[in-house]
Amino acid sequence: MSTKNLLAAEDKLETSMGKAFLKERVVMRGQDLHHDLSDMDWFATHLFSITGRRFTANQLELLNYIWSSTGYPDASIWPNNTAALAGSVRSTASLAMAAGLINSEATLFGGRPLKRTQDFFLRAKEMREKGMSVQEIVEGEISARKVIFGYGRPLASIDERVPHTLKKVRELGFGEGACVKLCLEINDYLIETRKIAMNIVALDGAIGADFGFTPEEFHLYMNLCFYSGQPPCYLDAVNRAEGSFFPIRCESIVYSGIERRTW
Amino acid sequence: MSKRQVYYSNFWEEVAEEDNPFATKEAYCHGYNVYGEILQKATWFEYIYVMFKGEKPTEQQAKLFEKLAIALANPGPREASVRAAMNGGVSKAAHASSLMCALAVGAGQYGGSHEVYLVMQMFKECTTDIVAWEKALLKPADCSFSDIWLPIEHVPGFDPNGVSTPSVLLAILDEMVSCSSKDSSLYWLKENRASLEKIASYPMSISLIACAAFYDLGFDEHQASMLYLILRLPGAAVHALEQRDLGWKKFPFFADAIQLSNDPGDKGLPVLEGLNL
Repeated sequence: MSTKNLLAAEDKLETSMGKAFLKERVVMRGQDLHHDLSDMDWFATHLFSITGRRFTANQLELLNYIWSSTGYPDASIWPNNTAALAGSVRSTASLAMAAGLINSEATLFGGRPLKRTQDFFLRAKEMREKGMSVQEIVEGEISARKVIFGYGRPLASIDERVPHTLKKVRELGFGEGACVKLCLEINDYLIETRKIAMNIVALDGAIGADFGFTPEEFHLYMNLCFYSGQPPCYLDAVNRAEGSFFPIRCESIVYSGIERRTW
Repeated sequence: MSKRQVYYSNFWEEVAEEDNPFATKEAYCHGYNVYGEILQKATWFEYIYVMFKGEKPTEQQAKLFEKLAIALANPGPREASVRAAMNGGVSKAAHASSLMCALAVGAGQYGGSHEVYLVMQMFKECTTDIVAWEKALLKPADCSFSDIWLPIEHVPGFDPNGVSTPSVLLAILDEMVSCSSKDSSLYWLKENRASLEKIASYPMSISLIACAAFYDLGFDEHQASMLYLILRLPGAAVHALEQRDLGWKKFPFFADAIQLSNDPGDKGLPVLEGLNL
């Protein structure tokens, strides 16, 4: 029981992350933003801000592709749907984008499966290096956690992002990555034993593990991966009549609760 | 034309006006006519309780719920979620921005709604069994895998930066207990507070009292988390509005307090012909 942590931090923050010396210069992770990092585009700077690392050109191309190939401008996808609803009621652009963005840190898709999957591949890689088989790794994970995020798509339903991304992975020279290879081996095992296949989350998580992200870094990197689908959906709704984005009539609330009663 | 999409609800029903299928003639919440009866007869707390629980609260439950709402209404301008809201207020961002900031920060595990979620799970698991509580409180966080929520760094429901139980928390607990029966979790908490604090090695935080009240009111961990977020917004809103009016010159700006441990030094600005600075 002590206030020492609070007293030590009162009006004092010692950090290596950065500082803006306004009117003079800005330091990000020990580098002068306008001098040392001026050769980076925004995407590379963003990754540097998350990890403190400079990625290779091919790594950046693949990480960029994961984002650009995941932003679907389809207003039925929940974050986009949220952004479009905001547009339909004429909320502001930033509120709309922020609302959509936090909608994607979900459990059925997005944030949680991505982070859990990348974490699984970091652990699976270690288990593989210790000599464990794919079967032992998969069955151990299912036994401990009931699920392996990234797998579970019915065989008849193809995730169109998987072949496109894997093609890019191989073209850019990352096809032999330990976790990329492992994610395909696990896919084969689960198809054979449970008739379920991988979705893009498995491949994204494997790439994140091969590229050495920590789970927290990977979480922050993937945070914006759906973002580019949102602005078109917001703008489309803004350009239509107010309130006219998929309006719901009263009878389209299907009620199944208790009978009407008096207070 | 594609199939008409519908929402399913087991607590909300709407009847349309004859001339407009998109306008509400009557609405029912768990079977009660909202604008024909609840509006006229219910208090706000009775209505909210019905909405969450499906049944009207007893007089004692409604009173306890309202006391809890008063206790949570304003965490004060030192608290992180209110400070986040004030950042929105002082910068004159949209009002929704202030409340979204308050919700995002107020969702945290240190004093926020995710701590409430974790403590509610302990109330469900341990009820009023002090031995079970001791086991639960001392159980280390599971760090064997990563999740969007980081492993909790303190015993949930207790303040790792506390020294002794703050007087306001004792006052809140006393008042809440006065609205509760002897077999309630709140009563049990008052009786066992000192033992629990000894086990946790820290004084209790408001989340523990709130959870005892939520548990006594019959809310689950999801409902309690939502209500905790909602009930703390009034203070965030008013502090944000106040800072909007007070202005940025009277608002903290911590720049001088930030010290770099890896400063590369000043490399200067480009000097450009034709640019007068």
